[in-house]
Amino acid sequence: MLPADRFRALHPDTPADQPLAFVEKQRGAMRIVAVDARALRLGIAPGLTLADARARVPELAAIDHDPHADALWLERIADGCDRYTPMVALDPPDGITLDISGTEHLFGGEGALAADAERRIAALRLHLRHAVAATPEAAQALARYQTMPAPDEAAAVRRLPVAALRLEEEIEVALGRAGLKTIGDLAQRPSAPIAARFGSETVAALDRLIGHADSRIVPRRPLPALLFERRFAEPILRTEQALLTISELAGEAAGALEERRSGGRRFAVRLYRSDGLTRDLAIETSLPTRDPALVVRLMRERIDALADPIDPGFGFDMIRLAVPMAEPLDASQFQLEGGSVSEDALAALVDRLGTRLGRGRVRRFAPRDTHIPEQRALPLPAMDSPAPAPWGSPVPGEPPLRPLHLFDPPQPIEVLAEVPDGPPRRFRWRRTHHDVTRFEGPERIASEWWRVKVERLPDPEPSVVHPDPGRDDLEAGEEMPPARHPRPLLTRDYFRVEDARGRRFWLFRYGLYGSETDRPCWYVHGLFA
Amino acid sequence: MADAPAAAALGHAGIDAAIGGGLARGRLHELFAAQPEDAGAAAGFATMLALLALPPGAPLLWLRQDEAERGAGRLHPPGLAEIGLDPARLVLVVLPDPVALLRAAAEVVRCPQVGVAVIEPWRRPRALDLTASRRLAIAAEASGVTALMLRADAEPGPSAAQTRWSVTAAASTALEADAPGQPTFDLELLRRRGGPAGGRWRLEWDRERVRFREPALPRAVPAVAAGGSLPGAAPRYAR
Repeated sequence: MLPADRFRALHPDTPADQPLAFVEKQRGAMRIVAVDARALRLGIAPGLTLADARARVPELAAIDHDPHADALWLERIADGCDRYTPMVALDPPDGITLDISGTEHLFGGEGALAADAERRIAALRLHLRHAVAATPEAAQALARYQTMPAPDEAAAVRRLPVAALRLEEEIEVALGRAGLKTIGDLAQRPSAPIAARFGSETVAALDRLIGHADSRIVPRRPLPALLFERRFAEPILRTEQALLTISELAGEAAGALEERRSGGRRFAVRLYRSDGLTRDLAIETSLPTRDPALVVRLMRERIDALADPIDPGFGFDMIRLAVPMAEPLDASQFQLEGGSVSEDALAALVDRLGTRLGRGRVRRFAPRDTHIPEQRALPLPAMDSPAPAPWGSPVPGEPPLRPLHLFDPPQPIEVLAEVPDGPPRRFRWRRTHHDVTRFEGPERIASEWWRVKVERLPDPEPSVVHPDPGRDDLEAGEEMPPARHPRPLLTRDYFRVEDARGRRFWLFRYGLYGSETDRPCWYVHGLFA
Repeated sequence: MADAPAAAALGHAGIDAAIGGGLARGRLHELFAAQPEDAGAAAGFATMLALLALPPGAPLLWLRQDEAERGAGRLHPPGLAEIGLDPARLVLVVLPDPVALLRAAAEVVRCPQVGVAVIEPWRRPRALDLTASRRLAIAAEASGVTALMLRADAEPGPSAAQTRWSVTAAASTALEADAPGQPTFDLELLRRRGGPAGGRWRLEWDRERVRFREPALPRAVPAVAAGGSLPGAAPRYAR
């Protein structure tokens, strides 16, 4: 039903009595993989080919099955279910399991909680079947297979068909042949012969279903140590109000963090819309903090930087603040405000920029132990405050041996050399000729054959050879996306060259002439000061 | 801090005299590449000025745009180390567009813990006008951050900068075997606030003493006839 519900939610103008079928190409034929309630009543079942189904029900609408979108839709619904309990697990393809032990009294008991969930899900026009049981497997089986009411949970489970065990199809068929139709049939027999005949997984599944074995759900996310939430009798609509609430929650969080002598490095806010959808906002700081003002300021930056503004729908009726990541932070540091501001101001600046622009855009660099120039510096998000690493100092008296600007990928050039394995005399780059007056080289850098199998460099044919007629010269040379072809690993011979006008370049010849290639290509890899 | 910004001496007597003792800290300075091909030289000059103006322990924030990282080459930390700046002091901020760049620049320049901010807009953004530049200059004066506006491919326009320089790459003093030598520039002072402009110098960077110097007089280099055999020698490949 989930695909049909999702389709109707996306296309509200679909007539209610239109039978829907979701098809997928399987072994050369279009087969139905999911249907809606109306099609099911007309006798269309998953597994039928589309041609057969069309013959029976000509008005059937066939829609491409999109399991990925369905899964995302289910995830969104599961996000909304977070309001009942933090222990939420997906039960693919179309189920959600909640562990409500200890939280149901907040909603007035199991029945009231289920009714609340039903009301919210119905608002999304989804078909819902739910069950409350002692084990997750029993709840899943009851929700999927229960057909008639039963006096109690044990009796209801016993009446379920053996399909509720979710075993492989062959075992199900074998159980049916042996006359074991229901869970009750199976449960009253000794387990040893069943295990011998149908496999131990049958017994294990049965034990989990009837509660003989302990079984827990694995929540989708690990539980954060600290959770603070506010529920509203009237949904709030304005972002300012939400921010006010976040600041109050951050104040509560500060108190709790102070007791633990720690500060948060990451704060996550989840806004629960009254119609069951949610919106997540998360910020990070490079130093642990518990300053509510800072948290709110970063949250505001995050909201300002959103590509699509927050849509409150009919309002938010719950806001939750979690601190998923905390680090030790002594109380004394919090009180000595004037003392160590120097680091804080810079860290706050980095946090602000990183929150607004994305953490990958504010970088620090760490050296890597490699000879390949473009892999020598490893960019790290500055928010992670990587420890400064020693870069090694240059040899005194030597001119700069590494360029200030590095092209990645290297840019192909046309080179004139006296001999194929000699130094460059003249080269053409970005439609300009450069006469080499001084050079030093080659500095030979062999490929790291033990690390990667294939290196990717742009096509050796310079892109300026076939420029688009309508484009600006410089544009054509610079912004043409380089075509990349996998090539075998070759050795690079680097030359430091200076042209007649004093510009210094870093060129390399790719491949040893004679032994690795017959036509070595040339690239400009960097610019010196 | 704003009253008497300490000047960072460049080490070259002629320039230091012309700009009042050195590069004024806590001010906005503009560096133009004379031609787009001189971008490498201009970036190198910016790095050297930053190194001179950096207070001990303070970080260098370098703001660039995506286009610069793609089109003009990525900023290469080992190259900074070769000029003498420890790459661990660098924080690189890569911005998606000029407006974001100027906004981030205003925040960076306002933060007193930043040592030097290098602001590198790509080409000629419309957002960078006199108002934007004045905003940066005022922020720099208030916080004491030295702001270097690096323009690799642009014409000088109205701005509130303290000094404005034009950088051209110049032939270096050759080393042994005619190898390219230390970074060398032709520098022109285009403008100076509250003082006479003008003046051209040729400078060479001295990494060991962290200062500029006049290049040594070019020694007689045997001219290499085109097509002749080269000193320096092509590699001999043993097989």
